[in-house]
Amino acid sequence: MMPDLGRYAFVVLGSYGASVTLIVGLVVLSFWQRARVKRALAEVEARQGKANG
Amino acid sequence: MKALLIRDLRLALRAGGGFGLGLAFYLLVAVLVPLGVGPEGETLGRIAPGILWVGALLACLLSLDRIFALDYEDGSLDLLATAPIPLEGVVAVKALAHWLVTGLPLTLVAPGLGVLLNLPHGGYGWLVMSLGLGTPALSVIGAFGAAIVVGVKRGGLLLSLLVLPLYVPTLIFGVEVVKRGAAGLDAGAPLALMAAITAAAAAILPFAAAAAIRVNLR
Amino acid sequence: MSIWEYANPKKFMQTSAWALPWAIGLTVLCLCVGLIWGFFFTPDDYRQGSTVKIIYLHVPAAMMAINAWTMMLVTSLIWIVRRHHVSALAAKAAAPVGLTFTLIALVTGALWGQPMWGTWWAWDPRLTSFLILTLFYFGYIALWAAIEDPDTAADLTAILCLVGSAFALLSRYAVNFWNQGLHQGASLSLDKEENVSDVFWIPLVISIVGFVLLFVTLVLMRTRTEIRARRLSALLARERVA
Repeated sequence: MMPDLGRYAFVVLGSYGASVTLIVGLVVLSFWQRARVKRALAEVEARQGKANG
Repeated sequence: MKALLIRDLRLALRAGGGFGLGLAFYLLVAVLVPLGVGPEGETLGRIAPGILWVGALLACLLSLDRIFALDYEDGSLDLLATAPIPLEGVVAVKALAHWLVTGLPLTLVAPGLGVLLNLPHGGYGWLVMSLGLGTPALSVIGAFGAAIVVGVKRGGLLLSLLVLPLYVPTLIFGVEVVKRGAAGLDAGAPLALMAAITAAAAAILPFAAAAAIRVNLR
Repeated sequence: MSIWEYANPKKFMQTSAWALPWAIGLTVLCLCVGLIWGFFFTPDDYRQGSTVKIIYLHVPAAMMAINAWTMMLVTSLIWIVRRHHVSALAAKAAAPVGLTFTLIALVTGALWGQPMWGTWWAWDPRLTSFLILTLFYFGYIALWAAIEDPDTAADLTAILCLVGSAFALLSRYAVNFWNQGLHQGASLSLDKEENVSDVFWIPLVISIVGFVLLFVTLVLMRTRTEIRARRLSALLARERVA
């Protein structure tokens, strides 16, 4: 299954590894921020909804 | 406008105004580099154009945040913004004042430091010309950067981060001029390109800077 | 019905909520197909050996790094001219994505350069331009982070983006000029259409589409987050006043 990368294995794997790490990091960060803000907003909206209504 | 220019110059020349600071820094760079690199004349001569330009650029950077920060803090920037002269003019005058107290002296002492760095013969004329034409761009770009960060507390580091990439074209062409001059080649083309950058920056950036100041004073 | 309708945050939130799952799905699909095809099922290049597989990351990332800045330029202009908040927030949301792509392009470029050019880093015009682009991204993000008032931050970053674009373009040509004196032809630049055969070309196109979709998805999602954050701070401010 694994292709034979020959003597460039480190370089190719390193590129893929680094890129995937960076992309996954950014995606995780985005999702985390989204969850955090969403939760905080829901909380405040619920609180204010109660106060107003 | 003339009054503003004289006021700015006076403020800068007063003790603690940062007039000597840039010059002293420039001198230190020119002294420290040979100590770090070693005394071989050939090596020094090869890197002299770059060192002289980078040193001038960093010396310029030192005093940038003073352009607007002090006036912003004591409120005189608000007065200037409501004064009858346009804010764009104020920015241009302040950039000019900054150049007169940093860029111009740096240009004048550069040949002396060139001797320390063993700059080849042909380079001196080009060095003075390139710094003379290039440092105004550094001041105008710097004034733009200072206008952007004027509302930020302790914006010095941020200012450097914003301004340094903007300095890249000027630096590249400036060094190229001196390098070609030092090698005895004709350096007219990079000099003309650098002058074009300076002229364009001086023509356009005051408007951008004035817009930034208006946003910051809002 | 005009495009400006989407400048309304509410409308934007509705439409993007509908579009986001599709975007995520398509992104995952294209990226997986493109990268897996590229990594496992392409032959080695006769000259570059297996390093040619890096192309499926390097080229799309580099393209999107520049396109992301262009997108920020456009949205900044829209913000300055028409004052649509969504536009400014989209520019803010795009910056970290663009920075990530720029870093990917630089890292993969360095790893590729090691066996091909014999050095991790050469002051090749393209590499240098990308380094400068990285600095621009950092400056832009730092400026957003440094200013508290959101509208002031949006205005100032938009101005910075406009001026920065002009200087980035200038730097690009200045760097070309500067490098001529040093080492011509050191760049083993890839002229894609000319010397890349179909075997490499098709997965590359899929990867590029995947990166474009990844960018769109992340920007959509991050813009939604920014809009929510803005609403959150507005509500909190109201609470404090009340």
